[in-house]
Amino acid sequence: MSEPLIELKNVGFEVDGTQILQDISFVVNKGEVVTFSGPSGSGKSTLLKLIGTILTPTSGEILYKGTNLKELNPIEYRKEVSYFFQNAALFDETVEDNLSFPAHIREKEFEKERALKLMEQVQIPESYLTKKVKDLSGGEKQRIAFVRNLMYQPDVLLLDEVTSSLDQENREIIGKLINEMIEEEKITVLSITHNQAEIEKASRMIEIRAGKMEEDK
Amino acid sequence: MTSSLEINNWSLLFSVTLLIVAMLVDYKEKLGLGNDIFVAGIRAVIQLFIIGYVLRYILEIDNDLITFAMVLFIVFNASYNAHKRSEGINRSFTISATAIGTGTALSLIVLVFSGAIDWTPAQIVPITGMIASNAMTAIGITYRSLNSKFSDQRQQVLEKLALGADKKQASMSIVRESIKTGMAPSIDRTKTVGLVSLPGMMAGLIFAGVDPVEAIRYQIVVMFMLISVTSIASFIASYMAYKEYYNDRNQLTV
Repeated sequence: MSEPLIELKNVGFEVDGTQILQDISFVVNKGEVVTFSGPSGSGKSTLLKLIGTILTPTSGEILYKGTNLKELNPIEYRKEVSYFFQNAALFDETVEDNLSFPAHIREKEFEKERALKLMEQVQIPESYLTKKVKDLSGGEKQRIAFVRNLMYQPDVLLLDEVTSSLDQENREIIGKLINEMIEEEKITVLSITHNQAEIEKASRMIEIRAGKMEEDK
Repeated sequence: MTSSLEINNWSLLFSVTLLIVAMLVDYKEKLGLGNDIFVAGIRAVIQLFIIGYVLRYILEIDNDLITFAMVLFIVFNASYNAHKRSEGINRSFTISATAIGTGTALSLIVLVFSGAIDWTPAQIVPITGMIASNAMTAIGITYRSLNSKFSDQRQQVLEKLALGADKKQASMSIVRESIKTGMAPSIDRTKTVGLVSLPGMMAGLIFAGVDPVEAIRYQIVVMFMLISVTSIASFIASYMAYKEYYNDRNQLTV
């Protein structure tokens, strides 16, 4: 359990002279489930984007399995570390286009069985595979986007307030799936959430305030 | 026949009344276009007189090297104008020059080798102008489409990158849509040719007394040539330009 997977060393991020994050250091071990808390605007989301290589730190370094992210191929890294956006968007035409995209870009066969199983877990019927993206509700889109991120069995899930814009019912459905993934696939999770109950298995909570680490418990 | 093709200085001067009509409309409706119309009129007169004399010189000396230099000059100008319309895409001059240059070269090679036109300045220079200006317009539309789609579909592109897509995989749908947008006007024009407009090439030949049935043969070649050049130019420009929306860490920079 104590194998370090992600390590941040004095990470900072600055935009146009404004320090968004400074001096953030922590280690996440394989299989750990970490939640980030703090007021909005504190830099949590930026921190997760840095780990997801959506942004690059302006100071310090982030290591993945002991190698600096700057030396890793971002495309290969993102195939293992899956970033999930707060307001996820679907693309192309149908639900299947979205669910098969991860396999398509890896030049692999689309695992329809896995897609159907995950869809069932988020209460999306099989007939939705051919449904047009534009005909889906907000909650359905978010659930399908979540299934899309799980299609390629990532090692790490980075969740940026994934349920904050959803109603109670959708929140529970996605929360349940996250917990099942933690249980069944031993996935490492770093999650920003205002709803601690969403992640029952959280082993750690890191608090970020005004761009600095306040607490790690 | 030739007498009808001469416009004497008086006729030219009287044609200015046409501009005055436009200026009256502007004055009455307070459109604020008076200066633009005046400047556009003056520029057109000066530019066309200069190019008229330059073309006369090029046609008279009929030198391959000078004809080729004129082709390069046209391609350079078209590339520069396309670059100005790129709204900030990096390396847009290089991209435009490659797209317009390749499109023009391929089209000229096909036309000359098929015997549709001869390598004489009287044919090469006007045809190059037609090709390059259409390529320039197509690229301008393609750039605008890339810019608006990368901005409208920013979240979708970010999603694809986060799922492990490379730049090309993340941009492919935008690239395809932009090529289509760049090609659309020349396809539409080809569909309505003869029904709505009698295009310049054909009109010019008919003016010069060529049998309309002969003139349309040239027009057919020109329409096909324009579809080909706009597709080549939009294709090259899109495929070269999409990379400029990313940094070397495969992150979207817009």
